[in-house]
Amino acid sequence: MSSVASTYKIILWSKKNLFSSWINTLITILTIYFIYEVSFFFLDWAVFKADFLTNFRGERIIDRTFCSKNIEPGSYGACWTIIHVRFYQFMYGFYPAAEVWRVNLVLFLLPFALVAIFFDKIPFRKYFLYFTLVFPFIAFYLLYGGPSLTTVGTNKWGGLLVTLFLGVTGIALAFPLSIALALGRKSNMPVISLLCVIFIEFIRGVPLITLLFTANFMLPLFLPEGASPDNLLRALVAVTLFQSAYMAEAIRGGLQAIPKGQIEAARSMGLTYWQSTRKIVLPQALRISIPPIVNTSIGLFKDTSLVLIIGLFDLLGIGRAALADMSWTKLYYEVYVFVAIVFFIFCFAMSRYSLYLEKKLRTDNN
Amino acid sequence: MQINFIRKLIFDEKIRSIVIQTLVIGFFALMVYSISQTTAYNLEKRGIGTGFEFLGMSAGYDISFSMIEFTSKDTHLRAYYVGVINTLLVSVFGIILATILGFLVGIIRLSSNWLFRNVAYVYVEFTRNVPVLLQIILWYSILIHLPKIKQAIQFFEYFYLSNRGLYSPAPIFKEGFSIVTWSFILAVVFSFFLRRYLKNKQNETGRQFPIFYIVSAIIIFTPVIFFYIMGMPLEFEHPVLKGFNFVGGMVIRPEFAGMLLGLSIYTAAFISETVRSGIIAVSKGQREASQALGLKSSLVMRLIIIPQALRVIIPPLTSQFLNLTKNSSLGIAIGYSDLVHGFGGISLNQTGKAIEIMLIVMVTYLIMSLTISLLMNFYNRKVQFKGNA
Repeated sequence: MSSVASTYKIILWSKKNLFSSWINTLITILTIYFIYEVSFFFLDWAVFKADFLTNFRGERIIDRTFCSKNIEPGSYGACWTIIHVRFYQFMYGFYPAAEVWRVNLVLFLLPFALVAIFFDKIPFRKYFLYFTLVFPFIAFYLLYGGPSLTTVGTNKWGGLLVTLFLGVTGIALAFPLSIALALGRKSNMPVISLLCVIFIEFIRGVPLITLLFTANFMLPLFLPEGASPDNLLRALVAVTLFQSAYMAEAIRGGLQAIPKGQIEAARSMGLTYWQSTRKIVLPQALRISIPPIVNTSIGLFKDTSLVLIIGLFDLLGIGRAALADMSWTKLYYEVYVFVAIVFFIFCFAMSRYSLYLEKKLRTDNN
Repeated sequence: MQINFIRKLIFDEKIRSIVIQTLVIGFFALMVYSISQTTAYNLEKRGIGTGFEFLGMSAGYDISFSMIEFTSKDTHLRAYYVGVINTLLVSVFGIILATILGFLVGIIRLSSNWLFRNVAYVYVEFTRNVPVLLQIILWYSILIHLPKIKQAIQFFEYFYLSNRGLYSPAPIFKEGFSIVTWSFILAVVFSFFLRRYLKNKQNETGRQFPIFYIVSAIIIFTPVIFFYIMGMPLEFEHPVLKGFNFVGGMVIRPEFAGMLLGLSIYTAAFISETVRSGIIAVSKGQREASQALGLKSSLVMRLIIIPQALRVIIPPLTSQFLNLTKNSSLGIAIGYSDLVHGFGGISLNQTGKAIEIMLIVMVTYLIMSLTISLLMNFYNRKVQFKGNA
């Protein structure tokens, strides 16, 4: 009985949502045809006709000449072996294999450092927050080295490690800076608000690539000899400044949403500017601005791929380096699709999180 | 007395604010001074002079893609112009394409057809969660792996698609074509005033005129008539395969097409989201009321929904236009000769004038951003509520 009811429900649903008029029916049919064509083509390429470790003859693939598509005319399946061969580089770049446990440890600890920021209803949140505060130092010590750990220069870092490093560190460093900028922009002191406005609007008006160029070419000129940071840190400076300007605008939106009465009430209770800002304004404003902050963070995470232009090997940079290798060259689509999927997973997860937050904010306020 | 002064310094809000600001200015000035000192020292040590004289010197490199003539003997200043033109070219076309595609996808996402709107949703999620740089590179590698010139794909008889670009016939304007152009411009101006007149008439009398048909008829037929009167002063030059390349005709290079596809498909995903939320923001009662008045659904969209949705759409749309313009600086990754690639990249490497060149490039982008913001703000003011008057 229930199956009849559910079948009926499905028919009713599709009548309403797919075949409500003749034009809708036509669109549905055309769309199904389109999905069929595209997904079959893609699945054929990526899965059914693809080589993973062996080609269609069952031989192990050693270089691109072994890929089925390079042997058999008319064959077009992907040759995923290049990802397998380069997987280590995609993850860690040129990080020495003997020391790679350090990166893995950091990646393992990262979720524990982030969980307290992302979710506010977890047990022992306070202790997790303490861990979040010390995590950057632990991570830097582990990744770069120091007492009793051999130093691994940042020129050895690469792949997902660099992408995550720039993304996470850039966002983390930009956060306090952006609060200062947002407060500064709303400040009553004309000099301070003018400086903040100029900084924010300047950064938002120019492309990130020009900032990366500037950091790359000009930081060594601006700083005394010997004080000049290495390539990765230069990129980090540019990325942090860039992100802070966008984040500051997100926070400014939150600040503007706080009714003036709140601030006046706080001041009339005798709270100083800093007390009212810290205890009344910021907690409310930051809560509102988290979704836009996450959205700008997604943007920044994608934009870290620009560092390949100044010669760093992030995920995409490693991909291009893999393609430059003569024995694997021309496997463009495999590399780019793989990199795209990795970026997609991270960015999609973040955008889902932002949606979840927006929903939560809406229900919390009601 | 002295204690009183210090107390004032800390507790009097006005005085405290002045003290803080003076300190900030002082600190800022000190920083600028020390940085400029270090920079001057560093520059001198590396033997790099300062100044803009290099702009007048010969660039010494070629730019393959240029709207104005450019050879390696031309100056860096001219290379700058080439870069600006190329950046503007890809930005303007990108903005047009992205807007059209974005509005289309945004409306599809609100379609009543479940399958159709979810296909659009998948497109949006996939494109906006993948770096635009990667998408540009991907499109470019697809385009340069099209068949070679010799095996170019021929379609519509005179179009050839190959790994060197899309070759199409080029129009050759003969004597008298300028009159056709002028007649077109005059027709547009005339129909603008006619439309205004008819609208006023409609407001006064309530009589409706088929304004859209009248205006399109004028704009289309006037130039066509003049075209025939002038004896069809237009010919096409077709691309012909000679040796290893096509001769004649127009060509869209894969670098340009890759930039255009990457930028507009990426930005369209964001635009579609703003369009969607703008349309949702128009209250349901508006649609129901206009349907109750008996308006056709196409008219409901055009007359009721879109004008109101535009108020919500324009501000975020502006920032998407700005993003697209800024992202057009990624041409360097695929060899599209935009401002950052030619002037900001090659000229910088050749002259070593990092400070001057980056300054010029950044100021140029700031001016472009500002211009777009101003234009869009102007448009925004036009579509906002006009008050009760």
